[in-house]
Amino acid sequence: MNFETILFFLIALSAIGSALMMITRPNPVKGVLFLIVNFFCLAVLYLMLQAQFIAVIQILVYAGAIMVLFLFVIMLLNLEDEKMLQERNNMKRYVAFAFAGGVLVEIISGIVLSTTGGGARISPEMARLGTVESIGSALFRDFLVPFEVTSLLLLAALVGVIVLAKKKFQS
Amino acid sequence: MTEIPLHYYLLLSAILFSIGVAGVLLRRNAIIVFMSIELMLNSVNLTLVAFSAFMGNSTGQVLVFFVMAVAAAEAAVGLAIVIALFRNKQTVNIDEMNILKW
Repeated sequence: MNFETILFFLIALSAIGSALMMITRPNPVKGVLFLIVNFFCLAVLYLMLQAQFIAVIQILVYAGAIMVLFLFVIMLLNLEDEKMLQERNNMKRYVAFAFAGGVLVEIISGIVLSTTGGGARISPEMARLGTVESIGSALFRDFLVPFEVTSLLLLAALVGVIVLAKKKFQS
Repeated sequence: MTEIPLHYYLLLSAILFSIGVAGVLLRRNAIIVFMSIELMLNSVNLTLVAFSAFMGNSTGQVLVFFVMAVAAAEAAVGLAIVIALFRNKQTVNIDEMNILKW
């Protein structure tokens, strides 16, 4: 057991633990905070996979921007009686667990049965490929059109959000 | 420097994805359902980055970038829908949002 393996298992356990805490807390604010912990764990895993740029935007975009949006909405809505929202009747609960377990078994059997095309270890040039320079040149050379379409998507989302969330004025 | 096998990352991603599925199916709070969807998107991102690293190809990381952009748009639109529904129904319980149900 070297340092890297111990670090991986620690991070993996805290990622799974924080995800479980996220879906079981009655209070959505606590759920958001546990999800942020989970995102930080994933950022560490990205760093272990030599994906520096992805690790940085994971923290900036997900833990920074998107989770702040969630917190804003939770505080805007001023929710109450969370206990009542949490309860589902037992039948539906078992069906939900059966579906989630089925998904897990299916994915794991797919992973175990498959033979992946990648190498047995992280390829040595990843430290160069994961940088902002490398990702940026790929984005602006090979993926320029999808990149521009993403800007259109974000513009459409911006307009749509304002139209959806603004108050309806009586005319 | 011994490496962690690719399968460990894929198994972790599968477990996180299933936790997200369980969250979507179990919870009635629409905001927590959205957070579970974000969890599932993140587990798929982990798969993409792991494959990208083990194949020595940065295309997977570019795809993760696009997934993050779509996730940001999806979260913003979804939360706007939650706000609009809360304004009409005074609740975020997804069992009460059934006006599209026939």
